[in-house]
Order: sequence, then structure tokens, then C-alpha cells
Amino acid sequence: MTATVTSSTSAEASAPTQLTMAGALNAAMRDAMTADDRVVVYGEDVGPLGGVFRVTDGLQAEFGTDRIWDSPLAESGIIGTAIGMAMYGMRPVVEMQFDAFSYPAFEQMVSHVAKMRNRTKSRVTLPMVVRIPCAGAIGGVEHHSDSSESYWASTPGLTVVMPSNPADAYSMLREAIDSDDPVVFMEPKSRYWSKAPLALPVTTAPMDRAEVVREGTDVTLIGYGPTVRTALEAAEAASEEGLSIEVIDLRSLSPFDDATVGASVRKTSRAAVIHEAAQFGGYGAEVAARITERNFHHLAAPVLRIAGFDIPFPSPKLEEYHLPTANRVLAALDTWEWDA
Amino acid sequence: MSLNVEHASVRVLPSEKPLRLLDNAGHAVTGAATGGFGLPDSETLLDLYRKMVVARRFDVQVTALTKQGRLATYPSAYGQEACEIGAVAALTTDDWLFPTYRDSVALLTRGIEPGDILAAFRGDWHNGYDQHAHRTAAQATPLATQTLHAVGLSHAARLRHDPVVALTFLGDGATSEGDAHEAFNFAAVWQTPTVFVVQNNQFAISVPLERQTRAATLADKAVGYGMPGYHVDGNDVAAMYAVTQAAIDRARSGGGPTLIEGVTYRIEAHTNSDDPTRYRAARDVEHWKRRDPIERLEKYLVSEGALTEALRTEIADAAEALAERTREVMTTEAEIDPLELFDHVYGRDRAALLEQRAALEAELAAGAFASHAGAAR
Ligand SMILES: Cc1ncc(C[n+]2csc(CCOP(=O)(O)OP(=O)(O)O)c2C)c(N)n1
Ligand SMILES: [Mg+2]
Repeated sequence: MTATVTSSTSAEASAPTQLTMAGALNAAMRDAMTADDRVVVYGEDVGPLGGVFRVTDGLQAEFGTDRIWDSPLAESGIIGTAIGMAMYGMRPVVEMQFDAFSYPAFEQMVSHVAKMRNRTKSRVTLPMVVRIPCAGAIGGVEHHSDSSESYWASTPGLTVVMPSNPADAYSMLREAIDSDDPVVFMEPKSRYWSKAPLALPVTTAPMDRAEVVREGTDVTLIGYGPTVRTALEAAEAASEEGLSIEVIDLRSLSPFDDATVGASVRKTSRAAVIHEAAQFGGYGAEVAARITERNFHHLAAPVLRIAGFDIPFPSPKLEEYHLPTANRVLAALDTWEWDA
Repeated sequence: MSLNVEHASVRVLPSEKPLRLLDNAGHAVTGAATGGFGLPDSETLLDLYRKMVVARRFDVQVTALTKQGRLATYPSAYGQEACEIGAVAALTTDDWLFPTYRDSVALLTRGIEPGDILAAFRGDWHNGYDQHAHRTAAQATPLATQTLHAVGLSHAARLRHDPVVALTFLGDGATSEGDAHEAFNFAAVWQTPTVFVVQNNQFAISVPLERQTRAATLADKAVGYGMPGYHVDGNDVAAMYAVTQAAIDRARSGGGPTLIEGVTYRIEAHTNSDDPTRYRAARDVEHWKRRDPIERLEKYLVSEGALTEALRTEIADAAEALAERTREVMTTEAEIDPLELFDHVYGRDRAALLEQRAALEAELAAGAFASHAGAAR
């Protein structure tokens, strides 16, 4: 997925090295903290431990406890205090330890983070980033794998993004920290250890844009975060059977990039969306509805959703049955009438 | 310099009886009941008196306007003036206030215009005033949520080495919310310059205090967090002012947060849509009316010869002028442009919102809404 990567011209890029997504996120915070002393980082275990996923590894040793610190263990407290800090002009980047543990902060997110700009006529803005490790496929026990994206994405006032690869992780986190509006920055846990050769700093497409990561002519497959890889695997397998699949990495869940998705669908006339979250009321429903409303007369078949079952996220031994696979995607595409 | 504080917990046990500096007859209190706090000087007390009288007139006026249908809702602060004004008057203009819906008279005391204080209550979609200019956050309705914002803002000020304190109000009911607990704890652990003022007006809508807590006083809660707590007669403006002033001074000099409980009473209904006859006796209200915070201070000031008839008239005139100004703004229809609904959701344009804005604009132009000024009549 390096096709879309362009090295920044504004700063001298280092020689490419293999970097994991966790490493890229770490570098983004380090560079943002270096560039702007209003950037502070806090959350649970982000200090000496470096976070349970080690995304903040080494930052406290480098920047000290006034810039990055372990907060008391309370998610609403973390978000609520970040709001106050942002009101004072700081740029807090706070970590929710796992997405299923972000729910205590729901009221602060929905009633304040999302609404502050609006209810103050833009006089009070909240330049804050809420990092949320999300989704499954890491063998997490109960409550450690979840897909909360549609809760956030359906809340007006929030910007919700999810990178799928190390280059985007770096570039989008820098952009999120620079943003004057609050950003829910979702990090697919299963991709933390995925590697890519990267020369930092790197600037990829703006974070509100979807990207075509594989071109094709017959089907548009839409994924985000962990399911971009699933889509690419399915596209590769299908190409061996002569089916040309275009793959879109949404990157941004709110706003939704209707233009990029629409252009692809009008070209291919068939679309399917893949996510780990349960299907019912999931993000894919919005994707399917938007595609259909705007491109119905270009469509040759109904928009499909390949999603998790409508069940609570399963235990480690059972999650493989729940998560969308390339085979399941291909089987779904087979349900279309292809001769019509 | 690191802000890391030594791990020393504070054990200040709140007094069993609310501490006070003026008793209900308007006599200066001496001895242990004062908690060691001194009575503010006459000039300060006269200023507090003036502020309370003006605030009371404002509150009564707004309640009347609400009954006339000029406001969608109004949570009155009648009877809580000492709590609200005693606390806020101790802030400097650089300090921040994080108020609730209850605290209109505190906002008035901070110099915010009546029409701006009441913007959201009259049905507009935003808080009317400039939060940064007045160092006053938008009134919070989700209970106790604002207490965390106060902790965060004051912590940020401390990290920037600015001598700024944040004061936040919360109700007795709101102390049961998780956010109140989290705010008390974060403030104490981080030693932020925050002052929590719990206005114990005895009710959360209809629910009395004994259904909220088993603690002997709400100030007692401070002890568990390792911060000082003060149990104060919330109808004694002198005590509220003196205790808050001391808490602000301590916060500003790096001494950390304080929890102050002002014991007071909500004389009016929760809001205009409430019916207090369903849950409390009229004689209880009468009992508390005889403990009026303004009358108490007035008695003291008159006995001291500080409040002359001329001054009393001057203050009454100022209060009347404000009431008139309030009537004027609230009886003038506020122009609200429906298209502004889309303009402050995000800092950056979003294609979907622009589409929806254009759709509403077309509806308005076509006269789809009779209430809209641009509609075909
Ligand atoms: C989180 C939340 N739950 C419920 C409400 C509805 N509500 C508004 S005011 C109120 C009572 C609050 O009582 P208290 O904290 O004592 O403040 P008071 O109104 O007496 O000033 C309730 C239940 C709310 N605003 N927010
Ligand atoms: Mg109350």
C-alpha cells in the first residue's frame, strides 16, 4: 500500500526503514510533541510502560511527566479533563486503553466533545485527539476486542478516522493532532505489528479522503482499518479467476468520502463493504445506503455487506468464525447474478 | 520544573455544623463556628449585598418572563444568591467559571449580559456569550460533566505556569454522578487549582438529599479524595466569600483543590415545568424563606450603619434598571437564522452538510416554513 505515499518535502525525510504501525504512531506523537509544546499525551499506563500496546513507548523518558503522564484510571475523567485542557489551548492526545473500555466516556464524547463548537458558535473549539485501539483478531479475551466505530461515526460533531497501514497511521495522526476539531482516531489492533518501509516524516492523502488502493473494473470492495487487507486478499484471489476488483480504503468514517466511492461504483457498477463490527446498524449500512441513493441507476446489483455476525464479539477461540475473511467475501460476491 | 507533587494527603475534616460568619439575625458570629475565617470588610460586604439584590431582582424578573412564555425554561436561583455570588465574587477576571443551568445569577455577577445568559433558555441553539472573554464556560446541563472540564482547564493553566484558578458549581444531586467522583479524584491526584462549590439546595428536582447520600455532609466526601472540605452556611454570603477566597488563594499558590458545600435551599420550583407541591411541604419553604440570605446581610449592614437609605435606594434603582433591560431583550424576538444550524458543527466544510444546508435554504426560499421571516406570507 505504498503507492499513495509521498515523502514530505517540508522536512528532510530519513532513509526508509521497516516500521510497524505502532512505531509509526509513536513517531507521529514524538514529532508532534517536538513541534508543538501544547501537545500533551495521557491515559492509562502510557507512561513508563509505554501503553499496553507500547504505542507511547519511550515518550515519557524523552519528554518528561509534564508532557506525558499516567492519569487515574477513569475514561470519562480522561476525556472530560482533555476537554478542559483543549479549552485552554492545549492539544491533548489521550488514549483509551481498548475500545470496549471507552464506553464510560460516552457522555463526555457525545454531549461535549461532539457539541462544544456548535453550542458555542465556534468560540470554543476542542483540538484534541482520542486514540482508540479497536477491533479484533488479536486473541483478546472478553471486552478486549470490539468495534465501536459506528457509535462515534453516527455522532454529528465528531471526526472519525481509521488508518490501515503504517504510512497513513503516521500522516493521519499528525493531521489529527494539528486539527482544530476533535478527532476520534481508531487504531486497528491487529494491524499494530504490520510493517512497511517508511521514510519519516511522511505525508499521505488528507485524512478525510478515501483512497483507491487497488484499481479494478468489475467490483468495488470497500474496507477500512483491518478489513482493507481482507479486501486486498479477496481481490488478489479473484483476479486469478479473471474478476477485476477495485479496493477502496475508506480511511475516514466521518466525513464519508462520497466522491471517491461514488466514482468507483459508477465505474464498476457493483459494490460490497466489509467490516468486523456486527452487521445490524453497522457502518456498512450507511455505506450501502449512500451508494444506493446516489448511484442506483449505475448499479447492476444490490450493495452487499460482509460483516461480523449480530452477536457480541466472540471469545479468542471463536473469533475466526466471526471475522470476515477473503473467502467469505468471494462467496458473497458469488450471490450476485453475474449475467444480468 | 516538574509539577509532580509529593504524595501527602490532606485531612481537613469539615465541621459538623455549617460554618458561618453572620447568623440569621445578622449578628457577627465568633468562636469555633467561624472555622477561623474572618468577616470580610464592610466595603466587600456592601458590594456583595449590591450584587445579591440586583441578582434577586433579575431572577424574579426572569421567572415572571418565563411564566409569560418568553423563555422555554428557567431554573431559578432564588434563595441561592449567597452561594452563587459569594463564590463567584472571589474570582479574578483571569479565573474561569464552569457553571450549570442553575447559575444564571453567577453569570450576571461575572458581567454577562442578560440576553446572553438566557440565550439557550429562550430556545436558541447556542450559549449566547463569549466564553473566552468572560472566562466562563457554556452552562452545562449534563450533570457534573463540567466539573471535569474545570479540572482539565486548571491543570492546563498550571502546566503553562499561569496563575489561573477554575471554580465549578455542582448541585447536591450531581454529587452522585460518576463524573463528580472522577473530577474530585483527578483534581486531588494532579493537585489542580480547582475549587468545587456544591450548592446543596436540598433537592435534585423532586428527590431530597437523603436519597442521594449516606454521608453526614457532602463536604465529608472531600476527605476520601485527600483534599480539604468545608461545610458552609450557604445562605451566609460572608462565609461563602471568605471560604471560597481562601480556597482560591490556596489553589493559586499550588495548594491544590478544595471542595466547598454551601447549605442552602431552592425556594422556587426546579424549573417552571416542575410541581413542588407533589414532593415538599409549603411550610418547609416558609422555614427557609425566613433564612433569606439578603435579609441577613441587610440586617448586619444596617446595624453597622453601612447601609444608608440613600444607598439602598440607589441599589434598588440599579436592580430595577437591570430588570427593565432584561424585559426589553427578552420581549424582542431574537432573529435566529436556521441556516446557521450547519455553520458551527465542524471547522471545515463537509460536503454532506453543505448539501443539507442548500436543501433547507431551498425550502426556506419556497416558503415551506411559515415561521421563517423569509417565508412567503
Ligand atoms: C446526566 C444527567 N442526568 C439527568 C439530568 C436531568 N436533570 C436535570 S437537573 C436534575 C436535578 C439536579 O439536581 P442537583 O444536582 O441537586 O442540582 P439543582 O437542579 O438542584 O441545582 C436532573 C435529574 C441531567 N441534566 N443530566
Ligand atoms: Mg439540588
